[in-house]
Amino acid sequence: MWESVFFWIFSVAAVALGVLVITFRNPVHSAMALIGNLFCVAALFALLDAHFLAAIQVLVYAGAIMVLFMFVIMLLNLKPDELGPARQNAAKITGGVLLGWIAIRLIMGFSGSGMEGAPEIDQNFGTIESTGRLIFNQYLLPFEVASVLLLAAILGSVSIAKKKLW
Amino acid sequence: MITIEHYLILSFIMFALGVAGVLTRRNALILLMSVELMLNAANLALLAFARFTGDQTGHILALFVMTVAAAEAAVGLALVLALFRKRGTVNVDEINSLKG
Repeated sequence: MWESVFFWIFSVAAVALGVLVITFRNPVHSAMALIGNLFCVAALFALLDAHFLAAIQVLVYAGAIMVLFMFVIMLLNLKPDELGPARQNAAKITGGVLLGWIAIRLIMGFSGSGMEGAPEIDQNFGTIESTGRLIFNQYLLPFEVASVLLLAAILGSVSIAKKKLW
Repeated sequence: MITIEHYLILSFIMFALGVAGVLTRRNALILLMSVELMLNAANLALLAFARFTGDQTGHILALFVMTVAAAEAAVGLALVLALFRKRGTVNVDEINSLKG
């Protein structure tokens, strides 16, 4: 009962905020809408018993990545006339039709998953402990590779964004 | 009763919003945000499958998707910054030459 109520609240909010992300003209407004959307998705993660991932979603996405976005938006300090010309109605209609078409195609692409309700899961599902056990046993190598990827991303972004390297 | 199809359809709608954002917006920053929207939709589908099959492996993949999203955002924003410095615009329609 309550699961359904919360699912509908957060899914409607997530879709509404997602629409706002791609319709706002000002990137700051878009970023704010995206933060709200990420919080709604984190709530849905919690409904799916992915407690650890829900916390990570708020910390990493809504916390770190969106702060980075806000920093860059404010560093660029775009004036209203630098945001480019306002979109024509034709472009808006084309975008809306395209969006509807993609959504319908995706929804029609799968018919009946054959999964009836959620199976019973043990107490540990989605906790830090069980996720950690998986990462540090079975998926240790991908985990280490991910750390190398992050290191490469740090070095790459610093060297790209720096005015003069030496 | 919420089934996996509810979550999948929500994920599809959010993914479609991200695709529409990438295709219709011309501001590089909003393009990056739309990509984040798509990655999030994929994560939602992964976690829905993990929950409804009772197999937690999907959580690990979602975690790696978040890692890659963080790396992508950092490098993408650095590129936007470098482009703005060079060309004075973030409109991707005006960025049309390979030579700096």
